[in-house]
Amino acid sequence: MEHPKDYVLRTVEERRVRFVQLWFTDVLGAPKSIQITPAELEVALDEGITFDGSSIDGFSRVQESDVLARPDARTFQLLAHLADGAPTARVVCDIVDLDGTPLDGDPRQVLRRALDRARDLGFSFFAAPEMEYFYFAGPGRPGDAAGGVAPPVPLDHGSYFDLTTNDLGSELRRQTVLALEEMGIPVGSNQHEDAPSQHEVDLRYTDALTMADTIMTVRVVVKELAARRGVIASFMPKPLAGVQGSGMHLHLSLFRGDTNAFYDEEDDHHLSGVARRFIAGVLRHARELTAVTNQWVNSYKRLIVGYEAPVYISWARNNRSALVRVPPTKAGRRDSTRIEYRAPDPACNPYLALATVRTAGLAGVERGYDLPAPLVTNLYELTADERRALGIEALPGSLGDAVAELEQSKLMADALGEHVFEWFVRNKRAEWNDYKAEVTPFELHRYLPTL
Amino acid sequence: MTTAATLLLWPHPPPPALVRCVDLAGYAWKAAAGDAGAGTGPPVTEGSWAAAVVSAEADPEGAVAFCRALRRGNGTPPPLLLVVGAGHLPALDVREQLWDDFCLSPLEPQELELRLAQLLWRAGRSGGHPELVEHGGLVLNRETYQAAVAGRPLDLTYMEYELLKFLATHPGKVFTREALLSQVWGYEYYGGARTVDVHIRRLRAKLGEEHAGLIGTVRSVGYRFGQARWGAGTA
Repeated sequence: MEHPKDYVLRTVEERRVRFVQLWFTDVLGAPKSIQITPAELEVALDEGITFDGSSIDGFSRVQESDVLARPDARTFQLLAHLADGAPTARVVCDIVDLDGTPLDGDPRQVLRRALDRARDLGFSFFAAPEMEYFYFAGPGRPGDAAGGVAPPVPLDHGSYFDLTTNDLGSELRRQTVLALEEMGIPVGSNQHEDAPSQHEVDLRYTDALTMADTIMTVRVVVKELAARRGVIASFMPKPLAGVQGSGMHLHLSLFRGDTNAFYDEEDDHHLSGVARRFIAGVLRHARELTAVTNQWVNSYKRLIVGYEAPVYISWARNNRSALVRVPPTKAGRRDSTRIEYRAPDPACNPYLALATVRTAGLAGVERGYDLPAPLVTNLYELTADERRALGIEALPGSLGDAVAELEQSKLMADALGEHVFEWFVRNKRAEWNDYKAEVTPFELHRYLPTL
Repeated sequence: MTTAATLLLWPHPPPPALVRCVDLAGYAWKAAAGDAGAGTGPPVTEGSWAAAVVSAEADPEGAVAFCRALRRGNGTPPPLLLVVGAGHLPALDVREQLWDDFCLSPLEPQELELRLAQLLWRAGRSGGHPELVEHGGLVLNRETYQAAVAGRPLDLTYMEYELLKFLATHPGKVFTREALLSQVWGYEYYGGARTVDVHIRRLRAKLGEEHAGLIGTVRSVGYRFGQARWGAGTA
């Protein structure tokens, strides 16, 4: 591993990098960074940088608080567009104990473990997200107390695929895509979404660990470039009532070496047995993992009927009301055979989301689950009785329900590891209880005058 | 228009056995046109060739004349590999300045491939800047680990740099994903062979539209560096 280190040190020297940001992620998916100077870099690469882990949500208990951020030199990347005159680079870190043991609380370790298991079965796991988000007129810098209270104001009133001119949001999205491309994050397509000021960036697939790092990078780049223009970019799942929220559909596939394990020439839909059992696994365990892929009170305001978000647990070839969709691929494009899991939102922790979805899918493969028939009708038009007759369940309707489902799941406890599992359940139950204790404007408007 | 990745073969047409070996080794090639006996022919001295492979099997004296013409051409002569029958070895005596290495015919495909690789490797090291790898606007500095295209520095990750370096030091040769994975990564990576595609895509994005074609896709085989004259490859 000497060469990546040399590469990083030489590059920092040659490109006159002034700051190196050591990135990692807390259990709830918030980006964290320790900024160091080139003088500290060699030690950081050799030994890691010590910090107080108990100050990070979900990392460690107070009595064992010192942990190390150990840079993964292979992730070193210049942040060309985020530097104001002082060239800055980032490197993603693994978090380890002082004795070098991977920290249970580090989400990147959770995903690494999940991918190790997939590899033991001979699979590599690929993911490509479609990330939706909003731009809002910012009263100030993000984080201002005043910014959060009033309803956010969209920058425009465009909609799906609008070719808007003179539109700050579209200009920002364009800049973001260029910045991402220069960082080596190829963007498949990008467009104005359905709702006012809502945008979407679709990323090309990578292995799941790289993708989780990339999703974190995209969130930082989108927000940072917006903030420079006095605009707030938000990945909040449902920032505006009455229009669709922001999802992060995950396109997933398994490869065995060079071969797409989801593809089968013989099958009518070109779906292999592995793909069918993977879908079956994701469907069967969907309720258990929803607390992870949709981890906020607000997430469940997106997962409602009427806004193209999935609500019912089902799959279909090309039916956007289904939870799992199998996108049609062009003839002969066997490598692009994949499934699309439509529940996650872009405010999830991507490491944990990918780890849990992978675990659910591979449980289906390993245990040989049967895939139910695909859905052919529009689910939203069925009555509750009709759905029951078809045996179609719904996703959890609230964070409270979702946490209750998660807590019962042995499979998810294994996927997340005991430490993250317990911390996450505790944290999310507390969030739900806080929310339950609130009296909302909805209640005041509706009840105060009459009750 | 010729890229440095292309081999120059003589005579025209080259012997089928030689063509088969060169194709197997994955190199692009062109046969020298013109009257070789006279030691002339514009294509020989025009363009830059990765190496020349001269078959002395049918016409030893013509081959020697061609080698001489090549050595006297404008610019730096390409490294030269002679293919010669055992019976003609005496013709090489005291003419060692005309060739860099030779192969005995009948040809053993793997021997030719190894000798060519060795020749290209030596040639790549012996220039004025041994640490520089240059190709079609791309410059890689192996000492400083820096890469630039058309003078614009590329912000590469370590693995992207290693992959680009490997490809650029083996121009014209087709590599399968598996071969690249074992040569460049050298260990079992999460992505498996598919990860090569991801890195190629990232490299192309960073090279920019104009230079993305430096890395060509060879359908259902893998990738080849330096086929820009046939247009940009698509993933």
